Amino acid sequence: MKYTEEHEWLRVEGDIVVVGVTEYAVTQLGDLVFVELPDVGRQVSRDEDIVVIESVKAASDILAPLDGEIVEVNEAIVEDPALVNSDPTGAAWFFKMKVPDTSAVDQFMDEDAYKALID
Amino acid sequence: MDDGTENLLTLPLEQVHVDAGARMVPFAGYAMPVQYPTGVMAEHQHARAHCGLFDVSHMGQVILRAETVEAAARALETLVPVDVVGLGEGRQRYGFFTNVNGGILDDLMIANRGNHLLLVVNAACKADDIALMRAALPPLGVEVEVIEDRVLLAVQGPKAGRVLAALDPRADDMRFMDVGGLTLAGVDAWVSRSGYTGEDGFEISVQVSQARVVFDALCADERVALVGLGARDSLRLEAGLCLYGHDIDTTTSPVEAGLTWAMQKVRRPGGDRAGGFPGEARIFTELEAGAGRTRVGLRPEARAPMREGVPLFDAEHSDTQVGQVTSGGFGPSVGHPVAMGYVDAAFADTDTALWGEVRGKRLPVRVTALPFTPLRFKR
Repeated sequence: MKYTEEHEWLRVEGDIVVVGVTEYAVTQLGDLVFVELPDVGRQVSRDEDIVVIESVKAASDILAPLDGEIVEVNEAIVEDPALVNSDPTGAAWFFKMKVPDTSAVDQFMDEDAYKALID
Repeated sequence: MDDGTENLLTLPLEQVHVDAGARMVPFAGYAMPVQYPTGVMAEHQHARAHCGLFDVSHMGQVILRAETVEAAARALETLVPVDVVGLGEGRQRYGFFTNVNGGILDDLMIANRGNHLLLVVNAACKADDIALMRAALPPLGVEVEVIEDRVLLAVQGPKAGRVLAALDPRADDMRFMDVGGLTLAGVDAWVSRSGYTGEDGFEISVQVSQARVVFDALCADERVALVGLGARDSLRLEAGLCLYGHDIDTTTSPVEAGLTWAMQKVRRPGGDRAGGFPGEARIFTELEAGAGRTRVGLRPEARAPMREGVPLFDAEHSDTQVGQVTSGGFGPSVGHPVAMGYVDAAFADTDTALWGEVRGKRLPVRVTALPFTPLRFKR
């Protein structure tokens, strides 16, 4: 698993990158009540706002970590945003994207570096 | 990490909140507990189902004394369009300070404690409120005493009555908006049966030096859980209660805000003490002819919350803005987004279909009756 400074996690599965938000991000956000995901098939650019999440208190954006195409989104978290709070790194992944080269994921932080960031 | 809470005023019990795991945020110049480890949703539900404990010591407490309490009441009536003279001993009522344009300077609670009036005002407004009263009231023979040494706690929820009665059985004899003295864990407390969540409950004023004793006694009751500002906001929003600076301010009149229930007949045209408060001209005109816009409940029909500032339109593709959201979020008890705001009078009827613009998208929203959750005051 790799981590961005925006508190997303990335996991490579074959030629696909699975993206979600970290436990730390969820703790900061509080109870989620709304998730809006991008359309499947959408071409996204790195740092583009592609997801809206809202907690009881406020709305935030999630950025595309890389250039690529959205190939699958997790409708379960749209139906039940609280899943993001209960299982952020498991069942509550956000979207899967196809990227030109999955080695692009290597530029992000490993777990130790991310832990140092949030401490 | 910089959490923006430097140079803020602190609550007398701040350390207790920090030790309880509170996340402290700036609010009205104070570092305030916005939530505890269980989170806003659980805290909200706990207050609706059991009993929440809130520290609202940031709010201002002010005593007005004169030769008689009636003299203090008459003087205060020059600043509020409320029947204060008719407020019986041991009773409290809601009111607001108005300005010369008929806008609202602050909303407040006014209690008749026998030989004086006790006012509770909003933290963000208290300096201005005190300045207003210190300018207007002493010439009318009223002494304005700002209380700096008392903590204000609130217990709110369907079990609040039993929680407080376990500490002093006289709590049982109080009904909604009664005020009196109770002895809680050996500490003298000024108590009112009131609050701002839509639930039954009490607000409890105790001396700072003894506040910890009362706080700990309340926390020792297993029905009680700490609730932060986050849930306080969602609770009051579901209850349809106005938050000053958002749903009411100097530009909104009491008639627009739907607060005419708080202006008793005796202060209205034809009443024995009609008028005599700032903004009388506009307020009386609007009482007679209606206001051009009015505060309404709003039920977003999609899943997305509509928050403060969302513009409201009369149709999906219309350029005609007919209102704006002033408070909005998710209602944990009702399980869907809830909001309130102002709309032009022609669009204020219940069930009127409107469109709110959220992140550039028009989403359907319906005008709805307030409150979203039934008020459960012990009348």
